[in-house]
Amino acid sequence: MTTTKRHRLAPMLFGSCLALSLAAPASAEELRIGFVAPLTGIFAQVGKDMQDGFQLYLDQHGGKLGGADVKFIVEDEQGKPDTAVTKAKKLVLNDKVHMFIGGLLASSGYALAPVSSAEKTLYISSVAAADDLTQRDLKKYPYFIRTSWTSSQPHHALGQWACDQGYKKIVSVAADYAFGYEVAGGFQKAFEDCGGQIIQKIWPPLGTKDFGPYLPTIKADADAIFSLMVGPMSLQFPKQLRGAGIKKPIIGGGTSYDEFALPFMGDEVIGDVSGLHYSAALPTPKNEAFVKAYRTKYGKVPSYYSENNYTTAQWIDEAMKKAGGKWPGPEAFIKIMSEIKLDSVRGPIAMDDMRNPVQNIYIKKVEKKKMFGYEKDELWNTVIKTYPNVGQFWTYGKDKFLAQPLYSRDFPPCKFCN
Amino acid sequence: MNTQFWIVQAFNGVSYGALLFLVGAGLSLIFGVMRIVNLSHGAYFLWGGYIALSVIHATGSWALSLPLAALAVAAIGIAMERLFLRSAGLEYLRNGAIAAGVGVLINLAISARWPQLIGGGWIQFVIISVVAALAVYALLQRISVVPIDNDVLRQVLLTVGFAFLFQQAALDIWGGNNMDINPPSEFTQSIVVGGIYLPLYRVFMIGMAVAIGIVLWLAMEKTRMGAAVRATVDDAQMARGVGIDTNRISMFIFALGAFLAALGGVIGGAFLGIYPGLDFEMLPLAFAVVIIGGMGSLGGAAIGALAVGLADNFGKALFPEISYFTLYAPMVLILAIKPTGLFGRE
Amino acid sequence: MVTQKFKILMVLVALLALAIIVPNSGSFVVLLTTRALCFAILAMSLDILLGFTGLASLGQAAYFGVGAYLTAVLATKFGFGLGWDFWLVVLLGMLLGAALAAFFGLFAIRATGVYFLMITLALGQCVWGLAYRWNSVTGGDNGINMNGRPAFGLDLTNEITFFYLVFAFFVASMAIMYVLVRSPFGRSLEGIRERELRMQILGYNTWLHKYIAFIIAGAFGGLAGVLWAHTNGHVSPENVVLTTSVDALLMVVLGGAGTLVGAVIGSAIVFGLREYLSTLVPWWQYALGAVYVLTILYLPTGLMGIPARIRQWRGSGKSEDSTKLTAKALASKPS
Repeated sequence: MTTTKRHRLAPMLFGSCLALSLAAPASAEELRIGFVAPLTGIFAQVGKDMQDGFQLYLDQHGGKLGGADVKFIVEDEQGKPDTAVTKAKKLVLNDKVHMFIGGLLASSGYALAPVSSAEKTLYISSVAAADDLTQRDLKKYPYFIRTSWTSSQPHHALGQWACDQGYKKIVSVAADYAFGYEVAGGFQKAFEDCGGQIIQKIWPPLGTKDFGPYLPTIKADADAIFSLMVGPMSLQFPKQLRGAGIKKPIIGGGTSYDEFALPFMGDEVIGDVSGLHYSAALPTPKNEAFVKAYRTKYGKVPSYYSENNYTTAQWIDEAMKKAGGKWPGPEAFIKIMSEIKLDSVRGPIAMDDMRNPVQNIYIKKVEKKKMFGYEKDELWNTVIKTYPNVGQFWTYGKDKFLAQPLYSRDFPPCKFCN
Repeated sequence: MNTQFWIVQAFNGVSYGALLFLVGAGLSLIFGVMRIVNLSHGAYFLWGGYIALSVIHATGSWALSLPLAALAVAAIGIAMERLFLRSAGLEYLRNGAIAAGVGVLINLAISARWPQLIGGGWIQFVIISVVAALAVYALLQRISVVPIDNDVLRQVLLTVGFAFLFQQAALDIWGGNNMDINPPSEFTQSIVVGGIYLPLYRVFMIGMAVAIGIVLWLAMEKTRMGAAVRATVDDAQMARGVGIDTNRISMFIFALGAFLAALGGVIGGAFLGIYPGLDFEMLPLAFAVVIIGGMGSLGGAAIGALAVGLADNFGKALFPEISYFTLYAPMVLILAIKPTGLFGRE
Repeated sequence: MVTQKFKILMVLVALLALAIIVPNSGSFVVLLTTRALCFAILAMSLDILLGFTGLASLGQAAYFGVGAYLTAVLATKFGFGLGWDFWLVVLLGMLLGAALAAFFGLFAIRATGVYFLMITLALGQCVWGLAYRWNSVTGGDNGINMNGRPAFGLDLTNEITFFYLVFAFFVASMAIMYVLVRSPFGRSLEGIRERELRMQILGYNTWLHKYIAFIIAGAFGGLAGVLWAHTNGHVSPENVVLTTSVDALLMVVLGGAGTLVGAVIGSAIVFGLREYLSTLVPWWQYALGAVYVLTILYLPTGLMGIPARIRQWRGSGKSEDSTKLTAKALASKPS
């Protein structure tokens, strides 16, 4: 049985791919876009949000970007960097895509960027935020551009904000991996440069759900807690923290309170503050239209994963328009993208000279309210302060910033710990 | 690192151990009675949580979701045990179930290759699936199946296969969002004892585990059924010889194991969340419990769960860099010194 | 019956065909085959344990992992192994795999049956735990990104050249393992698999035999890891997870344990399902699950066992008899 199945399946299905590619209309220029996102396994829903964001823009524009017919090929990276590499190579070698987009985890981003260099194909990181991709490692990746953010970018602003609120001593609790280091590092740098003190750094492993071992170690003399949670951790941390009787204010890294997790949270998170380059509760007509269209189509509020990919599609659209609907080659395309000032759902965006967006950073507070005419009271990330046009180097300047090492477990050093 | 730190950490470790007991006890019983290493056990845990979410969504009652989810998963467990692990007498049903599944897959393959043939119509979909399934059924009926009752490796791989199927099915049914079970608000409070905050939900978990442990212990030690189960654990052949229906006992125990795992899923869901991937995260922990305590021993599972809960908790708090190592290394040592675990019988 | 010589000839023809056809196919085929070959080495190493010695290990990914991490750490932290010293890394990878197996074997070999499964599972999880949490060395969840393949005369950035390198390692490993299992040592391993007690009575030190087989399997697992690191250019804890070990077991059982060739066929199918079918259809994981269930229930002797089963079936004309024969064939397999 197994053999028959194998013999039947493989050639048949392979054939179906060929048939599809032959059937594509040849009238307008065809733009082949590969999309690498996790569609099975633990991160399947994040992958779906990413795909849906991009797809929504395509659907709203008749499947065309800048006049070119788009062939949008989605591949399942299964949340594994190894598979992400295989799938990206498949897109380049088999489907001859002009560009590939996506990659969720920083590890996927790091694994995919070398593929773009080796295959001389454009890679647009629409989510993966690893700082060094557009900082110290950029010269290795000439075919790479990012439409999303660096991990530390919103958290410099958040550190400044926390300092401006008068917080003096903060305990940092962040997921123990590179993304966590970069987020917590950015927050600590800005907060301490403004006069605050990080008095303790706790690193629960990625995927921790039982915070029991960590909560009792939180120092009692802190004014507030900085938290960086991802995935299922986001739901459990605030709940268990409050359950353990700790009432200090929480200042969260972007993913701790993103709309991906927010609808599943309890009322204990009301009043918690976080910082990111997008909020679904952004009170602009453009965002309202986006949220409504997205929610009607997919039945949920868009997360930043959705918005970032929607905006990526818009960016490609604008660039293709400027290129006259013809694919100009990866280097020229990067150049055109870099020159565009985009009026996007999340606000005005421009590209810096290190191929990372300069954009608004929003400080958001969780509130329970009605929004955009929806009937029910829901949790929303109300924007309480906007830092306009924030780049990846904050106020430090490119050269000074790049002279310091990458944010890590030990940098910036914890001067006020012990 | 004052006394308060140690007390809170110990309390956290014990409450985590309580959850692990529910998962581990079922796994241990299944192994003890049936000699089956069940790698779908994590999937039972996850499905318990998901079904509870559906029940809560439909009825709004958390209390109702506990028994309903556990019973539903127990039914899934019985089906799996009867059809695939001990299919004597039900071969045609097993072949039918597999043929139906493969038929749908073949249909999906055909619709991927020749979309015009299916055309999205459900009538064509059903016809092609049924035809394919009948063909597969006819083929399967001709293949003789070697029972896997005493083949550990094949049991392991079979249950892994089911774990993959359960995982994908859960993703398709409930989606991939990270969800959370919200128990009634009385449980989300904390009580303060001597200046230490003890989350009520953790207290509830410990209480639940103790209660279930006592019920299980009484059932095993004081009832006829329990005596029959113990006899089967000790020597299945002998038990059959004295007229114990080991076949029924094995079905009952498998259902009970699935029931306990699902119960753990509902209780743990409020504390760990419910999300894809949780199944394979819980599985090694459940095995750690069973291995340390000894397979087939209820008391062993309790001790094992406590040990793993505390080792995990203190390991993470004290030696974060090697925290998983501190969990699995003792497991290896125990196995090397006493392969049957601390309380297992040879 | 097919003679042994004819079987060898068939394998040689198949290998030759592979060496000719693959480089002339699309570059994605080259890429997938190279990757599948790395896994085939891992699966064959496991077959030495499972098929020939009767030890079902649930931790074979551990050796794969140490080989891969060794390569990545040496290359990125010390710039070692990127020239001719690549061959030294290959040797070191095999030695490290063997050393780890020698250490693990001290704990594991004594156990039998299900306890062996459990202890190898625990040992595999120990290695995973270190890979996942020992940030300063392994990069934790991020893994390690390697920059480029070794350069020593050959242009290994060319995927076809690299394919031939991996292919050469694969053929060499297969040949060595084949010679090993046909040697007197291999014969006594099979004897242990069949009747360990009898071998003990005959004066064999069965513990030592099993221990040595365990170490050899570890060495080849390490080799597979070294090659994988360079094939993929990225090493992460995903390489060491329990699923990788379980997949390796399925590869061996699916192809047919105790045949080496079966392990190769099995790895091609399982790898193909994960990496190739998933590019075609979204429901590939159901197909993978179905392959598990169908193989275990209906093909206990694997694909390589099909001809024998058909012969039995034809010969006896009654399916009942073939059940008994297969059961007998299985009884010689580990449990």
